Amino acid sequence: MVLQHKDGHALALVHKDGHALALVQSRLSQEGRRIFFAFGAGLFVPALRTEENWLSAATVPHQKISKTRWRPLPPGSLQTAETFATGSWDNEENYVSLWSIGDFGNLDSDGGFEGDHQLLCSIKHHGDVMDLQFLDQERIVAASSTGCVTIFLHHPNNQTLSVSQQWTAAHYHTGPGSPSCSNAPCTGVVCNNPEIVTVGEDGRINLFRADHKEAVRTIDNADSSTLHAVTFLRTPEILTVNSIGQLKIWDFRQQGNEPTQILSLTGDRVPLHCVDRHPNQQHVVATGGQDGMLSIWDVRQGTMPVSLLKAHEAEMWEVHFHPSNPDHLFTCSEDGSLWHWDASTDGPEKSSLFHQGGRNSTFLSHTISNQANVHQSLISSWLSTDPAKDRIEITSLLPNRTLSVNSLDVLGPCLVCGTDAEAIYVTRQLFS
Amino acid sequence: MEEFDSEPTVTWIPGVNSQKKQMCFDWGPGEMLVCETSFNRKEKSEMVAGCPFIHIIRKDIDVYSKILRKLFNESHGIFVGLQRIEEELTGKSRKAQLVRVSKNYRSVIRACMEEMHQFAVADKDSARGRQFSSQVSILSAMELIWNLCEILFIEVAPAGPLLLYLLDWVRLHVCEVDNLSADVLGSENPSKHESFWNLPGNTQTLTELELRWQHWHEECERHLQDGTFASNPHLESLCKVLLGDDAALLEQKELLSNWYHFLVTRLLYSQPTVKPMDLHLYAQSSLDLFLGGESSPEPLDNILMAAFEFDIHQVIKECSLALSNWWFVAHLTDLLDHCKLLQSHNLYFGSNMREFLLLEYASGLFAHHSLWQLGVDYCDHCPELGRVSLELHIERIPLTTEQKALKVLRVCEQRQMTEQVRSICKILAMKAVRNNRLGSALSWSIRAKDAAFATLVSDRFLRDYCERGCFSDLDLIDNLGPAMMLSDRLTFLGKYREFHRLYGEKRFVDAASLLLSLMTSQIAPRSFWMTLLTDALPLLEQKQVIFSAEQTYELLRCLEDLTSGRPLCGEPDVQQLQDDDIETTKVEILRLALARNLARSIIKEGSLEGS
Repeated sequence: MVLQHKDGHALALVHKDGHALALVQSRLSQEGRRIFFAFGAGLFVPALRTEENWLSAATVPHQKISKTRWRPLPPGSLQTAETFATGSWDNEENYVSLWSIGDFGNLDSDGGFEGDHQLLCSIKHHGDVMDLQFLDQERIVAASSTGCVTIFLHHPNNQTLSVSQQWTAAHYHTGPGSPSCSNAPCTGVVCNNPEIVTVGEDGRINLFRADHKEAVRTIDNADSSTLHAVTFLRTPEILTVNSIGQLKIWDFRQQGNEPTQILSLTGDRVPLHCVDRHPNQQHVVATGGQDGMLSIWDVRQGTMPVSLLKAHEAEMWEVHFHPSNPDHLFTCSEDGSLWHWDASTDGPEKSSLFHQGGRNSTFLSHTISNQANVHQSLISSWLSTDPAKDRIEITSLLPNRTLSVNSLDVLGPCLVCGTDAEAIYVTRQLFS
Repeated sequence: MEEFDSEPTVTWIPGVNSQKKQMCFDWGPGEMLVCETSFNRKEKSEMVAGCPFIHIIRKDIDVYSKILRKLFNESHGIFVGLQRIEEELTGKSRKAQLVRVSKNYRSVIRACMEEMHQFAVADKDSARGRQFSSQVSILSAMELIWNLCEILFIEVAPAGPLLLYLLDWVRLHVCEVDNLSADVLGSENPSKHESFWNLPGNTQTLTELELRWQHWHEECERHLQDGTFASNPHLESLCKVLLGDDAALLEQKELLSNWYHFLVTRLLYSQPTVKPMDLHLYAQSSLDLFLGGESSPEPLDNILMAAFEFDIHQVIKECSLALSNWWFVAHLTDLLDHCKLLQSHNLYFGSNMREFLLLEYASGLFAHHSLWQLGVDYCDHCPELGRVSLELHIERIPLTTEQKALKVLRVCEQRQMTEQVRSICKILAMKAVRNNRLGSALSWSIRAKDAAFATLVSDRFLRDYCERGCFSDLDLIDNLGPAMMLSDRLTFLGKYREFHRLYGEKRFVDAASLLLSLMTSQIAPRSFWMTLLTDALPLLEQKQVIFSAEQTYELLRCLEDLTSGRPLCGEPDVQQLQDDDIETTKVEILRLALARNLARSIIKEGSLEGS
């Protein structure tokens, strides 16, 4: 009896220590903050509110993660996301890896998944992984700091990755007066199978086709400064953002190296780091800047953003509209935060909050466009300027912010993000 | 200077022979460079083939362990959290927080240990596997020491509960680390203990407990003296164990894996209410009895002994000497400092011990290819020398991509390290110039507010314009905005481009007055005036009059200024003569055009006024 008791106590200690271990591992499920906007005359500053029921396990890959991407689901599939790819940066050896988040039914008490991320396979990648995109379900396109663009092929049978296609000097500098060239980092890539568009520090835009050895189209000196990101607007138009705060639209049907349109932030020339297009309304575009500001643009009109939203305290590295639920937007930043922006207008909780607040100043300050309210129902919630309707609720998803969150991706109810603290966070319950 | 506690160990650098060649070295903040020199010791000695390498010698090798990266990353988060709890908490809640932090640190050590153990098992027979298992034992020693420090210094367990904590401590490490069977303590199966362990500890005072235990103890002793168990030697020795008889306990030495296990067992049966202050007496005698003069204490024994003596300073010192990393001492010292235990120990080092150790650890991180980001926060929390240290390290981070540079810049900008911001931007601007990316170069010099470099880049733009007759990078130059004011040359570049734009838009009058003002306000460099005047030619030749009479006079004055100020060189060569020829023709054409424009403008202005 005595022994049992003592054992019980010892167990309790082991348990306590076990709990301490669990504390470290699931520390993210403890806090969590929800953020609401406080209204203001100028740019608005978020106010904080706590929220429970959030994020899940961290995986430690022993590498700083630069990119995380869900593998697309087969068309018409009812599954949820299961496999994601990561790229690392700033290591002596960098890798592109595929991970599986395992099967269902493993929910722990916090609603998260405890450590059941499984590394499926990994392949060495020369240079930092600057960007990563799935071309289709088997192929991943990686952009390298060496200027190289590689297509990796996943073989599910023996769980390996192999190089299926490579353009070694897709981006390069030419020295002054000399024919010698040095590699320039490729900073962004976007895919629309079989087309691949890449941009780089050399200000060059390349259009590749997965089955062509040579670039289909190259625009040299497309930009005098560094191009940071690229996205498709509507084929064959693309949209790039650069380090002097400009958004440029290019049409591959046109010859020459001039963009069809330049939009820019006024005056400040704050670099833009990321861009994403609204999945349904192709004229609505979101960008994130060096000052952490989120800008919403309507590329059909004006050369300035429709709204500027004060968000993170440092560089916004990525912005993503939710692919199937575009009233939701996700951003991550160098300041270590990951935010969920909810602009859906039909929340009863929100409208009551709005009335309690009793204010009716325009939510999206710095509203520049004068939209006619004729097609109100057709106007995106991101462009709306009606103060009674446009409320954006922000939730901060990672409570213990330390190092930069470099990348995120959303698919269905699942979100994955990767950080400089060598951790990957996954949740499968975005909207619960 | 303080004397060394032990002789510093000699580190051999493979491939270097200091007997044959003279060596030279240079200190870096976290590492050292060593190479051979071509200096010959003996004059005219035979040429010895030298080693062509420069060696980088690093202090903190554990930083390079892949699995320990988890330890560094996770503990970084705990460290930052610990720095935040501070001040507003007092008393019990503060202590509870600190204990929790300590446990979190330990659980990270354990997690690493488990992972490392898995690698060691998977790789059992190779040298790498052996390396892993030696790492496992280092980690387990670290956790053992940390746990004891937690009990003694952070938890500050009073007499009574102290022994419970110590029991748990031994149990945890003997069972889990050394993989011995979990019921070592159980082998002494003291069923009579029920009365002791079932005591409701909460309601009973320490004296009561002591009394009742004393009573039980005496009863045991009486049984022994009466020879109750004399018939059975096993029972007798069991009884002796229960009485905490040293000799009887030592007979079971093989069950006791080490001296601190012996110590805790001994305390359990003879001094269950041992006071913290008396611990070191029992510890010392246990160590002596257990080793029995057969072997001398190892570093781990010394460290634990120092802890039992409550000599924190000695614990940290011994750990620094024994362990191959700074992680342990840095984090433990910081935690103990937060427990306000190190105030009196400030005197022995340059700044103070906490800072010294944290900075040593941080410099190891900075030397690492990718862990440098963690080092920043450690520097931030060293008020005295952290800033200087950070400044020193941050400039040495290689900037491979702009993205990485931006991260380094963010670190500097957040801390108002203007000097470092400038230097990083300058490096990037230089790189861009080398790569013929003038637009990028200009952007970086604008960000650094580096006027001199902006002038240099602007000159390159103007030179390119003169050579090619068109501007590159219009997207940037057209959008300079207020940044244009950074340097005169940049202003000129921007304004000159504006002139071209106005001209292109056929806004001739605006273009003309802008062109003139560029010269009269002295913004345009003198060397560029001829180009500007040539640009005026098509305006002078327009059908309508664009330059007014007054403006034409100004233009004339500029032209005369330029031509009269031209110095005469000594022996002109053929090329120069040819150039001069072209120049003279240009001037002639300009004079003609100006004269004609003057005539037209006078007529026009006269007729306007007259009408």
